[in-house]
Amino acid sequence: MKAAMRPQDSIISAYRVHGWTYLMGVEPVGVIAELTGRQSGCVRGKGGSMHMYAKNFYGGNGIVGAQVPLGVGVAFAAKYSGTDGVCLALYGDGAANQGQIFEVYNIAKLWDIPCIFVCENNGYGMGTSAERGSASTAFYTRGDYIPGIWVDGMDILAVREATQFAINHCISGKGPLVMETMTYRYSGHSMSDPGTSYRTREEVQDVRQTRDPITSFKEKILTAGLVTADELKKLENDIRVTIDEAVKKAKTDNEIGLDELPCDVYSAPLEPTVRGITPWNNLEHKRLGPAVNLH
Amino acid sequence: MVTLSTGSVILVNVAKFLTRRAFSTSRIVEAQQMTVRDALNTGLDEEMERDERVFLLGEEVAMYDGAYKISRGLWKKYGDKRVIDTPITEMGFAGIAVGAAMAGLRPVCEFMTFNFSMQAIDQVINSAAKTFYMSAGKVNVPIVFRGPNGAAAGVAAQHSQCFGAWYSHCPGLKVVSPYTAEDHKGLIKAAIRDPDPVVVLENEILYGVAFPVSDEAMSKDFLVPIGKAKIERPGSHITLVAHSRAVELSLDAAKELAGEGIECEVINLRSIRPLDEETIVKSVIKTNHLITVEQGWPQCGIGSEVCARIMESEAFYHLDAPVIRVTGVDAPMPYTKSLELAALPQPHDIVRAVKRVLNVK
Repeated sequence: MKAAMRPQDSIISAYRVHGWTYLMGVEPVGVIAELTGRQSGCVRGKGGSMHMYAKNFYGGNGIVGAQVPLGVGVAFAAKYSGTDGVCLALYGDGAANQGQIFEVYNIAKLWDIPCIFVCENNGYGMGTSAERGSASTAFYTRGDYIPGIWVDGMDILAVREATQFAINHCISGKGPLVMETMTYRYSGHSMSDPGTSYRTREEVQDVRQTRDPITSFKEKILTAGLVTADELKKLENDIRVTIDEAVKKAKTDNEIGLDELPCDVYSAPLEPTVRGITPWNNLEHKRLGPAVNLH
Repeated sequence: MVTLSTGSVILVNVAKFLTRRAFSTSRIVEAQQMTVRDALNTGLDEEMERDERVFLLGEEVAMYDGAYKISRGLWKKYGDKRVIDTPITEMGFAGIAVGAAMAGLRPVCEFMTFNFSMQAIDQVINSAAKTFYMSAGKVNVPIVFRGPNGAAAGVAAQHSQCFGAWYSHCPGLKVVSPYTAEDHKGLIKAAIRDPDPVVVLENEILYGVAFPVSDEAMSKDFLVPIGKAKIERPGSHITLVAHSRAVELSLDAAKELAGEGIECEVINLRSIRPLDEETIVKSVIKTNHLITVEQGWPQCGIGSEVCARIMESEAFYHLDAPVIRVTGVDAPMPYTKSLELAALPQPHDIVRAVKRVLNVK
């Protein structure tokens, strides 16, 4: 998707965004140290796994479904300001039934907002398979009066081409589009979910062996002679070094100080202090961040 | 019970007429009056003219001229781009407004009443209020949520709730509750210019009320600072703290009590987050007695917060009596007219409370 995006395009998603954070310009250490809540995290450890932000990347949102109206709002602002940008608003198969998504399908279509609704269907909303959660799993059709396309989310090139198509659709004045990308979630929902109580290990293995996007892309470019096995090996080694370094830093770096607890509650604070645990420990409200919408 | 002669009754009524709202202005040199509705309308118009990024969205704000006519004439002047009618989908359009603010616009999101804001409250709290903090100060959200709050008249339980307590509870939001026309004009302008999310709690009954307005307030740059209360009526015997319509009730009570030699200091909060603790504490140190007045429910209400702050402050040591809260009755709003009147504090309730706190017959 990122390959098809132009500099003026934006993206917003729910909480499974570590890859996106990297793609939108944050160094690996900025992502990994945010997971460990350290000061070199992209939001200094204050957001954590679910709340990472970068330019044209609006998170990182914990309430699944809520990011979709936000994304339509970002696209609305692009149209209002004449930037020609679109916004990709990503949501999963689990969130796809949220009422607010249908509310903004309606508004996006009515007002011709350049928003691409991307349903990342990985087969499961936490432990509930798509079939058990949705009366209709044809997520690309759920936009009803908004046209939709189904894309093999495990095929990197297909996703790139589909996104290109979607962006062209929006910027040519045809209004919003729904794009369902069919993919798969290997691991459980989160750290506390082994991911095996609601599906079989064989299912997971099968997808990994036959449909893995990285493996299949690798085979493609090797077979086509676009790259040699040695080049790929070097690339993998270099990446491993970068990631290892980032992990090391993420494990050993400091957390921000306690003085940053009351920091940046407001961009224009009207009171010098924040009420503490008791009235005798009021904390000084500090301003640290750049507040991109201050003026 | 004292009965007055006809002449005295006429005099009292004339006095009432002349002094009605005489204390609730900054300067009464000019006789110019403005309704709260016009004050809001003018404030919105001026801010939309000043900054192209400001736009208004909500149900019926454009072609209908606003459900309560607050946005009258704005769609005609600014067109479809800047004054936008939304479908009846609060969660959707509030989320869109918040996203637009994150991307740099300055939306004014109207809730037809704040009762309907409950449909969208996740976007107000989790998307608007918390994002600046979660992003370590990167993404501020310069949005205004506005609309009528609290009890109206004859609209029953689902349309009469006060959300002052709910919104003022949350760090990341600023919450204002204006009373006079000047308050409304100055605060809506300040809210729109503020780079953080601001909730503006208006009142349907106040929309049609006219207030004297000073020359200063007619200026296009007139602002009322968020977080500062105003002493509407100085007094020395007891402090009354209120917001929105309850200020009017308190002023009416104060007038009646003045006739009996009891001087109430009436504080118009104007903002409930931040709460102007300093002004309240200073007043209590002077009067030694405090009553809070609100139309909302008692439990965890604005009065409760004021009481807690007084307990934790120097003012506690200056109290000659416990702080009392005068609130709406702790029940959903009935439709029956006489019951509705009895469910909300009236001036005579405040008068009685003052006398009880002051131990006066």
